[in-house]
Amino acid sequence: MASMTLTINGKIHSVNVQQGTPLLWVLRDSLGLTGTKFGCGEGYCGCCTVIIDGDAVKSCGASVESAVGKKITTIEGLSRDRDHPVQRAWIEEEVPQCGYCQSGQILTAAALIARNPHPSDSDIDAAMDGVLCRCGTYHRIRRAIHHAADLKAGAK
Amino acid sequence: MKKTPSIDRRQFLKVVSVAGAGLAIGFYVSPKNFRDEVAGATPGIFAPNVWLRIDKSGSITVTVSKSEMGQGISTGLPMILAEELEADWTKIRFERADADTKYGSMGTGGSRSTRSLWNPLREAGAAAREMLISAAAQTWNVGRETCRAEVGGIVHVPSGRKLAFGELVEAASKLAVPENVPLKDPRDFHILGKRMHRLDTPEKIDGSAMFGIDVRVPGMLHAVVARPPIFGGSVKSVNATEAKAMPGVRHVVEISQGIAVVADSTWNAIQGRKALEIIWDEGPNANLSSAKIRSMLQEFSTRDGAVAEERGDVSLLGKAAKMIEAVYELPYLAHATMEPMNCTADVRNNRCEIWAPTQSADGARGAVAEAIGLSQDNVIVHVTYLGGGFGRRFESDFVVEAANISKAINAPVKVLWTRDDDMQHDWYRTTSLHHLIASANEKGELVAFKHKIIAPSINGQRWPQRVRGGLDHSAVEGAVELEYELPNSRIEYVMANTAIPVGWWRSVSASQNVFVVESFIDELASAAAIDPLEYRRQLLKKDSRMKNVLEIVAEKSAWGAPLPKGRYRGIACAPPAFFGSYIAHVAEISIEDNNVRVHRVVSAVDCGICVNPDSVEAQIESSIAFGITAALKGVITIEKGRVMQRNFDDYMLLTIDEMPKVEVHIVPSNLPVGGMGEPGLPPIAPAIANAVFAATGKRIRKLPIRLA
Ligand code: FES
Ligand code: FES
Repeated sequence: MASMTLTINGKIHSVNVQQGTPLLWVLRDSLGLTGTKFGCGEGYCGCCTVIIDGDAVKSCGASVESAVGKKITTIEGLSRDRDHPVQRAWIEEEVPQCGYCQSGQILTAAALIARNPHPSDSDIDAAMDGVLCRCGTYHRIRRAIHHAADLKAGAK
Repeated sequence: MKKTPSIDRRQFLKVVSVAGAGLAIGFYVSPKNFRDEVAGATPGIFAPNVWLRIDKSGSITVTVSKSEMGQGISTGLPMILAEELEADWTKIRFERADADTKYGSMGTGGSRSTRSLWNPLREAGAAAREMLISAAAQTWNVGRETCRAEVGGIVHVPSGRKLAFGELVEAASKLAVPENVPLKDPRDFHILGKRMHRLDTPEKIDGSAMFGIDVRVPGMLHAVVARPPIFGGSVKSVNATEAKAMPGVRHVVEISQGIAVVADSTWNAIQGRKALEIIWDEGPNANLSSAKIRSMLQEFSTRDGAVAEERGDVSLLGKAAKMIEAVYELPYLAHATMEPMNCTADVRNNRCEIWAPTQSADGARGAVAEAIGLSQDNVIVHVTYLGGGFGRRFESDFVVEAANISKAINAPVKVLWTRDDDMQHDWYRTTSLHHLIASANEKGELVAFKHKIIAPSINGQRWPQRVRGGLDHSAVEGAVELEYELPNSRIEYVMANTAIPVGWWRSVSASQNVFVVESFIDELASAAAIDPLEYRRQLLKKDSRMKNVLEIVAEKSAWGAPLPKGRYRGIACAPPAFFGSYIAHVAEISIEDNNVRVHRVVSAVDCGICVNPDSVEAQIESSIAFGITAALKGVITIEKGRVMQRNFDDYMLLTIDEMPKVEVHIVPSNLPVGGMGEPGLPPIAPAIANAVFAATGKRIRKLPIRLA
């Protein structure tokens, strides 16, 4: 067991876990941040995506040690009132169905528009390709990302 | 087969549905039932029946007895009740029901939830509305005919006075629940048919929605299970010494499903399982393979099948000018819900509490009670959000397993299935083989048609008593009760069971049969040198709803108009026999390096009264994505008695760049409501395959489509 300090959603958390434990399970089991989901455990689905220092990262493949000293954002910390442009667009475009993949979709989209304020369809496809949705909400995700980009630009 | 059972409104009557593939779905619950149990039970709350509660603040809680797995039922059902209640939609919230017989069947499948609860919820809302009107009339001491309900309140029309529902809670609670309440004319609907925002979306965008996998109860441990990799296998011996010494591992227990490793965290349980040394008894199926199953189906195809449907004289087959024959085949498929199977159970002191992402709360309750030897009264089942269902969660295996583990360790436990577990221990969509023969006269007109289906039977493998005379009705769905007027036809079924577990997979056998029928109809059109749309038109009744949907999809997709170079179209439709809705798709594709790319799908649907157009569109988009995945990618193969696929690298799902643009056209209608969770799926594969034929002249008779 090792004691570590993580900065998640602007708060400092101490955890005591086995070395090498994926960040995913530390978030979910040790810290109760269950918005980050488990889908495949091997980097294929993107359900477990969090933002680490601005990058969308699959937390099932990131060891807890690798996240020490970095700024981690999970879905719970993306905004105070579901008012991040991506979340607003997600409501307006009514994206989620079962909702299980949506934390990963939203955080990946948020990381994308933070970098690329007006992504094209192919930018969206390239960024979102690794986040699977079995319910097939892709059609609306694409629409919602454009919408979020507009909301963000309008808010400036 | 009868689709709309007549209902005796005075009784709590069970309606067993044939259409739900043998699932008993759709009880009738009268609004006056259970009134004694709930009306006025809590002071300050108006709860005239099990479906709603209004408190003094005017907040209205609608009980949702069906599982939310993405289809939007937690919004659709409250809309139905709110409409009759004349509620202010902004005051509506929903609450998921725990398993209880008072809701009738809670099973969520067969695209039946809206259809089965349409009347009960309307009547529940209308009864409450009438009581609130009476309460207001009494309060004002005026005739109730001078009062009416309007956006969350009762208005005294002559004076314009208004009381909000919340202000009438106390008075209304004292009244008797009326019978035979008037229902609204659909022309006066102002909630139903509107594009409503889903009530569950806010929770699903901030991480707060509670899925099964997110349940945490005090003192809970985490478990994973090592299950026999071969179907029909079992544990011969286990050495758990090393596993028990792994960090955080608390118990290793043998249960009927395999060996459970229980630890203080999910990760430690997974690591502990890796350290198990198990010798499996391989059982009788160690040599089973896809190739063997395929040759068995081929061998069975020479047998006469049980006749599922017969019209006219099929012996005319051999007597016409032209014969067309084809053989089609489809593979086993996994459900691959994004949230893998999981369940949390607490079995202690002769009491069991379950938190499960289940499509069958009541089924799970019964199964658990039986498995652990408790009466159902001592089993509580809470339903969480489901991270996808698609029929997989109609099963109760994962619930029973969790209860067994909790009972064995006498502590609450969450059991998680890893992706491998989920993929390799599914109840698969069956494989199937289809022999088709048709004959036509010189003018190309269809004379006779025969379709023989050779496939494992879900019922036959699991509930043999449901199969009579070799016929599993669920296996022929989508092949019988066609809208086409086939003059002389016979549909046969040959049951070919195997040891591979099979179950309900979104749209069940229609996912195969509609592909086959709609592809073969295209073959017949091409043999007759008639345009595929025109050929279908000729087989459909004039002025029929099916024909209308076909005409709309043709018009909206500009059927027949030139396309950009390299683009091709295919058309297919599906009858309403099993899901209650008429639907047709036109798929637009191109082929690059032998890969099919679907660019656009235009869809037309007649689902009767449309509850929430946004949800109807979403279900069609979803069914199309699910169906394209099956058409282009999906295959589960068996070697040495086990499933070869294990994760999303070898069982691939559609990705965003492969998702076509989808355009949905909904036929305005006041006819009875149809189902929407499944009907969009069956016609997408044949629409694509027919487009491939248009592009290449190559007929696709085997899924997934492989051009190379
Ligand atoms: S759980 Fe991390 S990518 Fe699937
Ligand atoms: S919304 Fe269900 S998996 Fe994406």
